[in-house]
Amino acid sequence: MSEMEGGIVKKFLYVNRKAPYGTVYAQESLEVVLIGAAFEQDVSLAFIDDGVYQLAKGQDTKALGVKNFSPTYRALEDYDVTKLFVEKESLEVRGLSADDMVVPVTIMGAQEMAEYMNGQDVILSF
Amino acid sequence: MLHTVNKSPFDHNTLETCLKYAKPGSAVLLIEDGVYAVAKGTAVSKQLQDALKTVPIYALKPDVEARGMQNRVLDGVKLVDYGGFVDLVAEHNTVQSWL
Amino acid sequence: MPIVVNGQTIETDEEGYLANRTEWNEDIAKEMARVDNCELSQNHWEVINFLREYYEEYQIAPAVRVLTKAIGKKLGPDKGNSKYLYELFPYGPAKQACKYAGLPKPTGCV
Repeated sequence: MSEMEGGIVKKFLYVNRKAPYGTVYAQESLEVVLIGAAFEQDVSLAFIDDGVYQLAKGQDTKALGVKNFSPTYRALEDYDVTKLFVEKESLEVRGLSADDMVVPVTIMGAQEMAEYMNGQDVILSF
Repeated sequence: MLHTVNKSPFDHNTLETCLKYAKPGSAVLLIEDGVYAVAKGTAVSKQLQDALKTVPIYALKPDVEARGMQNRVLDGVKLVDYGGFVDLVAEHNTVQSWL
Repeated sequence: MPIVVNGQTIETDEEGYLANRTEWNEDIAKEMARVDNCELSQNHWEVINFLREYYEEYQIAPAVRVLTKAIGKKLGPDKGNSKYLYELFPYGPAKQACKYAGLPKPTGCV
């Protein structure tokens, strides 16, 4: 924790573990991240298990008739949310790599990710 | 950190991921359908016993009893009531609610 | 609360935002502005068009802080500041300009 402009800055980690369209978790999480960005905290996002599918390239929802929110992850940079971590093991079992992601991400092994999680002040799980 | 799991281990991989992430010094609390993991002789019993070597595992007693699992609880798993739940939250700096 | 533009009835929500984004055209923007006693200048259109492009690219209407920064990046610091944007859109640049642009209310905007 550090003081900045009089306010306390906490480390917030959003943990995303659900695929994008089967449930509403992914979209809700993204919305909370965008709203939360206004509070200028130390934010990072973790993508684990089916959560990695949220960032998969090539999503096309036209025929399904719902909003494709995958382009919005590319706007996170404008919101000063730049720390996106994707779990290596989750990518591997799904046959995906960093090249398949819609945004630049940092690949992290589960052990390293667990340590990172331990160093957070607040964890929001979706 | 306190980890909570509220999904059945036979329907979701939530418990598996949680145990992968639970480091020494943290604790795991099973609630709602997550308590099915406490039973002896299941496909996840070994996972739970291995995890118990490094982290304490708790289960919410009212949820265990409601599901009829109270006489099948693995050795080493501690049952807590709602007050115990609150104590666990208070004892840990952060809570990770695995969904 | 529907609005009528060129003889066509256009559905909006209770706050005046377009119900169906794809129905948007410039005349709708002008009519919405007219109701607010606002005449759209080239400077207004610059922001409206910027928002439409931003939505097309990212599928969101940016928060005002993000809009200000992004406008500054694209159109220069004399336009990328709150004073300039609030003078153009006194009801709030993100809120009012998004409405004229046919976009939903920005996420996190109350």
